[in-house]
Amino acid sequence: MIKSELIDEIALKQTQLSIKDIELSVKTILTQMVETLEKSERIEIRGFGSFSLHYRPARKGRNPKTGEPVVLPEKYVPHFKPGKELRERVNIGGGYTRTK
Amino acid sequence: MALTKAAIANGLYNELGLNKREAKEMVESFFEEIRLGLEKGEQVKLSGFGNFDLHDKQERPGRNPKTGKEIPISARRVVTFRPGQKLRTRIESYARTNKRK
Repeated sequence: MIKSELIDEIALKQTQLSIKDIELSVKTILTQMVETLEKSERIEIRGFGSFSLHYRPARKGRNPKTGEPVVLPEKYVPHFKPGKELRERVNIGGGYTRTK
Repeated sequence: MALTKAAIANGLYNELGLNKREAKEMVESFFEEIRLGLEKGEQVKLSGFGNFDLHDKQERPGRNPKTGKEIPISARRVVTFRPGQKLRTRIESYARTNKRK
């Protein structure tokens, strides 16, 4: 499923908003999420999951083309931890056995 | 302060002028449709943000960390998030512009 399909799915299930409004809403939601992480703040959606930043210290790497050593600076990477409901629903959907 | 569904709905109300109920329902549908896609076994790709991928894991041996007793971890399907290039680039620069807490 890609963004345009997500927008269509949302549109199918409601009648109040135009497709344009839904497109704008999805765009606005994602922008808010990106800007929150950019500020190094968490996103917490119950039943879905949480997003936070994980720190990665500087490390030595190599330029794969030349083999030359380079220092890769410290950085943060976005991290997602699925919530309980999402974990359970995805697991059942796959026809896999649930642990408890 | 963490971003929550209420805060996102508030953003839709302020920025797009959706009424409070529409905004709340929109946020609810947004996350629910992603969950439904994943539940059906579909990968969900949101350009500019990232991909939610599914992985099938086989059963593997595990241990109860409290008792040390061996118990198998059952086969399962799990969700992972892979941030897109655009999101990663925007986040990476955080370390350079802000000091670690």
